[in-house]
Amino acid sequence: MFIALAILTQPLLADSNLPPAYWANRQLPDAAQEAKARALMEELRCLVCQGQSIADSDAELAGDMRDLVRRRIAAGEKPSAIRAWLIQRYGTWVSYKPTAEAAAWPLWLAPLALIMIGVWMIRRRIRLKARR
Amino acid sequence: MSRGLRLIPIILLLWLVAGFAWRIVRPPDPAVPSQLISRPVPQFALPAALPAKPGLESADLATGEPKLLNVFASWCIPCASEADVLSELRRRGVKIDAIAIRDTPMAISAFLARHGDPYDRIGADERSSVQISLGSSGVPETFVIDGHGVMRHQYLGPLTKANIPGVLQQLDEAR
Repeated sequence: MFIALAILTQPLLADSNLPPAYWANRQLPDAAQEAKARALMEELRCLVCQGQSIADSDAELAGDMRDLVRRRIAAGEKPSAIRAWLIQRYGTWVSYKPTAEAAAWPLWLAPLALIMIGVWMIRRRIRLKARR
Repeated sequence: MSRGLRLIPIILLLWLVAGFAWRIVRPPDPAVPSQLISRPVPQFALPAALPAKPGLESADLATGEPKLLNVFASWCIPCASEADVLSELRRRGVKIDAIAIRDTPMAISAFLARHGDPYDRIGADERSSVQISLGSSGVPETFVIDGHGVMRHQYLGPLTKANIPGVLQQLDEAR
């Protein structure tokens, strides 16, 4: 198991033979476009360091994904279209933005449920005190 | 507060600890499979990675004959470990095309001289852009592609000897 993991994680540690892609660590000259790209990159998950966004990751594949995002934004593509394109390839896994699909319902409902439980507990307390 | 309600925090805590214990015993699978399986290979055209070998475009993967598409790199250590398996598949008549990720002609030819060259075509993907468009998340990966250019199966990580019969069967089924 650990040997298998060690083998699987090996390529992540190895560095390639090429420098980072042109737009990997370079801002777009148009500030509005760069802001859009930045916002999107912070919501895309790195495939290599799986807890990080591609904006935060130093992995080469993350750099190549930043390059891809900036190129497409510069070409006038909408961030939502780029996100959809990536989801088509890697699944909703690649996006940090929660979707409305059934698997995410607990995420949306949990805060409501917690607030309702809190309100119920407070009301109970007030009623008990009033009775005393 | 009733007795049952008082137990709720303890139950929640136990549930949390059980969750952690379960994830330690059974870690999640970090592999991210491509969602494009059983869909056609996206359009692409890559220049030749080596002067002596043709590059690779999506049309080369829809020639009526099933093939393997190997995503590799000379700087990737597990790629060297699967080289023998690819050579063995080649010996058994399997056609293998490749995409070289972030690589240079010199490093690739040194890698192939050392580990054997099972490839018909090698496309150079310098910014991993075609790799991303395939939904591939690392090196090495191997796709089984049928004669119509439809991606049938994906292997994440290096192929091993144990994979050979399965790969051959999948190529047969893709005919």
